[in-house]
Amino acid sequence: MFTIIIYVLALGMLLLSFLKDKQKTKIALKKAWKSFEYILPQFLSILIIIGILLAVLNPETIFQLIGQESGWLGIVIASIIGSVTLIPGFVAFPLAAALLKSGAGLTQLAVFISTLMMVGIVTIPVEIKFFGKKAAILRNALAFVFSYVVAIVMGVVLR
Amino acid sequence: MKELIRRYKFALLLVLIDLGIIAIYPSIGQRSFEITWSSTIEMLSVLPPIFILLGLLDVWIERETMIKLMGEKSGFLGIALAFLLGSAAAGPLYAAFPLAGVLLKKGCKFSNVLIFIGAWSTTKIPMLLFEATAMGWRFMALRFIIDIPGIALIAYITERLLNEQEKQHIYDNAVALK
Repeated sequence: MFTIIIYVLALGMLLLSFLKDKQKTKIALKKAWKSFEYILPQFLSILIIIGILLAVLNPETIFQLIGQESGWLGIVIASIIGSVTLIPGFVAFPLAAALLKSGAGLTQLAVFISTLMMVGIVTIPVEIKFFGKKAAILRNALAFVFSYVVAIVMGVVLR
Repeated sequence: MKELIRRYKFALLLVLIDLGIIAIYPSIGQRSFEITWSSTIEMLSVLPPIFILLGLLDVWIERETMIKLMGEKSGFLGIALAFLLGSAAAGPLYAAFPLAGVLLKKGCKFSNVLIFIGAWSTTKIPMLLFEATAMGWRFMALRFIIDIPGIALIAYITERLLNEQEKQHIYDNAVALK
């Protein structure tokens, strides 16, 4: 649904741009392609790594690791899995909801969701390409620590 | 050709590893191929509009305009715009980095670019709706409320920990990307 809105927006803008200035529009499309091609090798690598990781770390395995009574160790494992993997939201949230129903701790799930979204170990090469090593590592490290804050607050408030 | 192989050698190596896994553990290997394939389809379906918008942004938005809106002295407006741009996004986080590159190139303040990345990663509107249905409104709302200051804080600390020279290097790199 939202993808459609973005498509309509992009195509509408493109049309508007074309009507205003054909030459500029051509340059814009060229730039779009060039920036895509620039990071395509990294994108392909990410896609293959995600495939291998998720084939090994299937939902059942994740469930065993952060399921009921997994305590602090479960929180740590949840944050590591969340940081390393890159699961699209429409897969991650139903998984998290299922885990919640079967009794996984809220704190574990919160840290899992938070690191999943903010920390990207697999995507860090792309991030370094644009932000440099130091900024990319800093952002991910801070996001990792922050995910614990989020999880602990949520665990306390929602209990 | 040589250049092409140099750029794609890591991806090629991963394909070889994947083939190795298929040979030794057929079921895991097959699953990994299926997951890679479906993520590729997903990626290809969301990326075209993002990159078209990136190209248009690059061509039509003047550097001066961007500096005024989101630059060093943009203040609250810049922060709000960064949050809005990131939250209105669709697509995986790694698609946000090329766009962040254009923002840097146009003179957007570094912490604002980081806020944009932070918002893209956690407060995307379609994602929030999905989260609310799966985890309940209280879970989503509480995480959202904690995340807003968190994103800003991460952005400020990251910017503060970089010195002028390092920041300049990042901006120069963004300009060199074309």
